[in-house]
Amino acid sequence: MGALSILLGQVFLWCFKSVTEKKVRVDFPALSAQLVRIGIKSIGIVALVQLFIGAILALQLEPELARYGQEKQIASIIGIAGFRMLGPIFTAVVLSGFAGASIAAELGTMVVSEEIEAMKAMALNPVRYLVVPRVAMTTLAMLALTTFADLMIAIGGYAVGRFALGHEVYTNYWAIMQTALTHSDYYTGLTQGGIFGVLIGLIACHEGLSVKNGAEQVGLATTMTVVYSIVAIVLAACVCTVSFYIVSL
Amino acid sequence: MNKKSNDNIQTHSHFRDPSAPVVRVRNLTKSFGGVTVLDGISFDVYPGEMLVIMGGSGCGKSTCLRCIIGSIQPDSGLVELFGQDISKLEENQLDEIRKRFGVLFQSGALFNSMTVGDNVALPMVEHTDLDPQTIEIMVKIKLEQVGLRSAQHRMPSEISGGMKKRAGLARSISLDPEILFYDEPSAGLDPVTSAEIDQLMLNLAKKMDVASVVVTHEMDSAFRIADRMIMLDQGKVLMEGSRDEFEKIRDSKPTGDETEDHIRQFLQGDSDGPITHRRRTGDFREDLLSVAAERKTKRHWY
Repeated sequence: MGALSILLGQVFLWCFKSVTEKKVRVDFPALSAQLVRIGIKSIGIVALVQLFIGAILALQLEPELARYGQEKQIASIIGIAGFRMLGPIFTAVVLSGFAGASIAAELGTMVVSEEIEAMKAMALNPVRYLVVPRVAMTTLAMLALTTFADLMIAIGGYAVGRFALGHEVYTNYWAIMQTALTHSDYYTGLTQGGIFGVLIGLIACHEGLSVKNGAEQVGLATTMTVVYSIVAIVLAACVCTVSFYIVSL
Repeated sequence: MNKKSNDNIQTHSHFRDPSAPVVRVRNLTKSFGGVTVLDGISFDVYPGEMLVIMGGSGCGKSTCLRCIIGSIQPDSGLVELFGQDISKLEENQLDEIRKRFGVLFQSGALFNSMTVGDNVALPMVEHTDLDPQTIEIMVKIKLEQVGLRSAQHRMPSEISGGMKKRAGLARSISLDPEILFYDEPSAGLDPVTSAEIDQLMLNLAKKMDVASVVVTHEMDSAFRIADRMIMLDQGKVLMEGSRDEFEKIRDSKPTGDETEDHIRQFLQGDSDGPITHRRRTGDFREDLLSVAAERKTKRHWY
């Protein structure tokens, strides 16, 4: 926790310097490369997972709600659960395995091949050049992917209603969902997505840069990135939920 | 010959420049997990000279280099670069010092996500106000200096080990450093490529008038390039002297002097001598008996 907090502080410091100091330039090619690698390349897997989450949710809810003649409420439940929690949390889990592990392996390999040491010897700060673009783009990617995931969950639920369940489910599906959802459902989910993004980026960079030597440690760093990220995501989700509950969001 | 006690170094030699040393190391110590790797090392490096630090694997030469360039913190002792004690410097002040020296790492340490040209350009892009066209010209000049202009647009994964070292060297000279540090520059190279790298180092030292500190255990290479040599053993300076003095020992017969015989064995690469004998220390019979005694009380997986 302490090391992650220090790393986060350094990331904020360099972000601040890149805005206030002319000498600290923003490396846009590096940022776009990270955005493609973390965000764009994750779209397919996130779409697949979230479509199935929506479908599973609809299938699980239908028998129970049918007993009370409330199949129509599948749309509102999927909407609220997806937007508030399932969208960001499953996207974050996917991203921790897809991008987090890859970041840790990349940085760990750079440590082993002396690239990080070479960077320091050239008076280049690894946090500025490696950590900031990765954390920034993981956060941005999580924000965009969370919105995309919300949509995919909704589509997944609708598709199952349309092709497997009855017309009670899919008739007025979008209108019911729209009525049930509030702005806070979207923004609370989005906030969590951003927080998960920061956590994944920080943990992956920290684990990667903590590699001392040898290929074995690179493997360990990737594994621990996924483990720590998932634990951190669940804990952060819990803290966020309690906080939102307290402030009635 | 100038055998060293660890705390009282009196560097000598006719190679010494009358001006102040660019690197000054005094009583440097460093331990890892209770194992002492550097045990009170002291030496100086003077402008324009090529100092070779040599010794067997694990003797502490790479650790010494890392302490000097500020990659690791020594436990105690003084490291001065250009007259400044680096332990007292803030990170940004140390960065200013780092811009005045170049380092060639054992693997070349090129950034794999960049082309060779971009690797060479990076320090100039980050630390100078040169415009892109000027940097492009400078990159071509630096790559030409190491005979690698044709590889400017290739990725590090597409070039050989020798080319990687030359590219790493081009990057390390991109800011026209005053000192060049080399970590095992000949390691893993064939003899011809190794000789080429040596010649390159000599040419650069001559043309750019830089001080060079080379860490190596390749003796052919060491004798080709050195002005002055330091031999480390078990974290201490065993001997410091000119190349001629080391050559004299290498070409002499054993004298019975343990230190000299130790140095001679290392320089000649003999399989028999004080170094080999030291590795066989301990009572072998007792060692075997202790295994038998342990077996009675301890269960092994085999």
